[in-house]
Amino acid sequence: MVSLFGDLDWGIVAEITLRSLKVSGLAAILASTIGIPVGVLLSLYNFTGREFLKSIFNTLLGIPTVVMGLFLYLLLAPKGPFGFLGLLYTEMGISLGQMLLVLPIVVSITATSIEQVSEEIYELALTLGASRAQAVVKVISEALPGIVLSSIAAFNRAVAELGIALMIGGNVFVYGGLANTRVLTTAIQMHVARGEIDVAIVLGLILLSVVFAISWIMNLVKKWL
Amino acid sequence: MARKIVILALAILVITFGLYFYEQNKRKELKILTISTTTSLYDTGFLDEVARIFKEKYGIEVHFIAKGTGAAINDAKLGVSDAILVHAKSKEEEFMREGYGVNRKIFAYNFFVIVGPKDDPAKIRGSSVVDAMKKIAEAGREGKAIWVSRGDLSGTNVKEIALWKAAGFDYEEIRKEKWFRETGAGMGQTLLYASNEKAYTLSDTGTYLRFKRAGKIDLEILVDRGEELINVYSIIVVNPEKGNENFDLAMKFEKWLVTDGQEVLRGFGRDEFGMPLFYPAVEVLEKKIEPYYSWIAKYGFINGSECPKEYRYRAEEYGIAFW
Repeated sequence: MVSLFGDLDWGIVAEITLRSLKVSGLAAILASTIGIPVGVLLSLYNFTGREFLKSIFNTLLGIPTVVMGLFLYLLLAPKGPFGFLGLLYTEMGISLGQMLLVLPIVVSITATSIEQVSEEIYELALTLGASRAQAVVKVISEALPGIVLSSIAAFNRAVAELGIALMIGGNVFVYGGLANTRVLTTAIQMHVARGEIDVAIVLGLILLSVVFAISWIMNLVKKWL
Repeated sequence: MARKIVILALAILVITFGLYFYEQNKRKELKILTISTTTSLYDTGFLDEVARIFKEKYGIEVHFIAKGTGAAINDAKLGVSDAILVHAKSKEEEFMREGYGVNRKIFAYNFFVIVGPKDDPAKIRGSSVVDAMKKIAEAGREGKAIWVSRGDLSGTNVKEIALWKAAGFDYEEIRKEKWFRETGAGMGQTLLYASNEKAYTLSDTGTYLRFKRAGKIDLEILVDRGEELINVYSIIVVNPEKGNENFDLAMKFEKWLVTDGQEVLRGFGRDEFGMPLFYPAVEVLEKKIEPYYSWIAKYGFINGSECPKEYRYRAEEYGIAFW
């Protein structure tokens, strides 16, 4: 057997694992910050176009990451409409791209989980003399498991996707570089292309462990809340 | 609680904007050179070495973005990259004719190889390139052989199209035939596919050796001689008139690649594979070392030069001469 860890530099592995956590963590936090209020809005308030908006978010749930990556690449390229932001081939670029990717997940799961508890509790809280704001808070706390799940799902999808990380991040890596963008998924893809399947498998296991660890921690947080 | 949530949300947004501006500032202070490159060059690991040297010696971060030759050119047109490393002359010429690229320098060459299963059903071992292609097509039509094509307009694919043409076939026609498969994927994937299907394919040496050594493929080099198989790598800098703000840095990189870089190139892969993955091209052009000089001239020159006069741009300021 070829020595499994021979070509593996653990410093690099640590760096790209941390970057995956950071980049996709930020994406999930941002998507939750924006997506949870939107989900609440869509589920608790009646307004024209509500169903239409919901359908749009539900459709975007399954958007292929390469399609998303391609659109963003064309928008963010220096000669594209948003080129002036300088986001292409940066960590922040990946984060924002993944945020857009997972936003529909947060919105849809939040909205659905609120709808499942809202009817009675919202009305009940109001009849018991709560203000509208208090009633909304009550509904949200009842729907909390679903909302937390939406954030976990968002992170998992973000950290495991390849299309955006590759097209917006570019898999840049320089030893000791300060502007690298290589993350776990792009590294896996690269090592497969280079025929270093064993390295790719190790990185894949690390990716799985990261997803597992985050889900587990979030479950603890949910209980604590 | 509602107020707490609002404060939390605002804090998150402020932190994000802070991070964004921090990152943008950091990038301004760093010297970053973005170069789109063909995958066959990138996947050998040669460019990792180059990036490391540049960071250590000059403090410049060279960002290599690995794509096929076609996509690399697209990158440059969109203003993404400051220079490109490619290996498809016809496309390079077009790129320069459209005014996007200047100062093309040939910096390396190696040879493509036709690989196939050990039992070699089309009996091409030792044939000339043109004969080999003919035999494969014949055997293919008789149902004895399979050819796998990249089909992705990469430099390797462009070479393959030229080889079919030299053998008297129209790529657009034969690609519809049953024995002709396309992967639309990178070289590594294509080799794995060809190995599984016991098929023939055209490969660059670097990727083939890497996969062979790792024991991933059961294919052998069957044809590796012949000027038609030469694979010429060149660097083209993006024209500052097309908005390349990093022209100066890109030219310095080009200068390094055709001087000090040649030695790095010469030694690369020798220990690992027992043979060099690339041959430095500059000395061949300078000293007119035959037969390689004629081959590079035939397959790598545009109108008798690596970079015709009209595509040169302030190169003498950087001490770069063209052959």
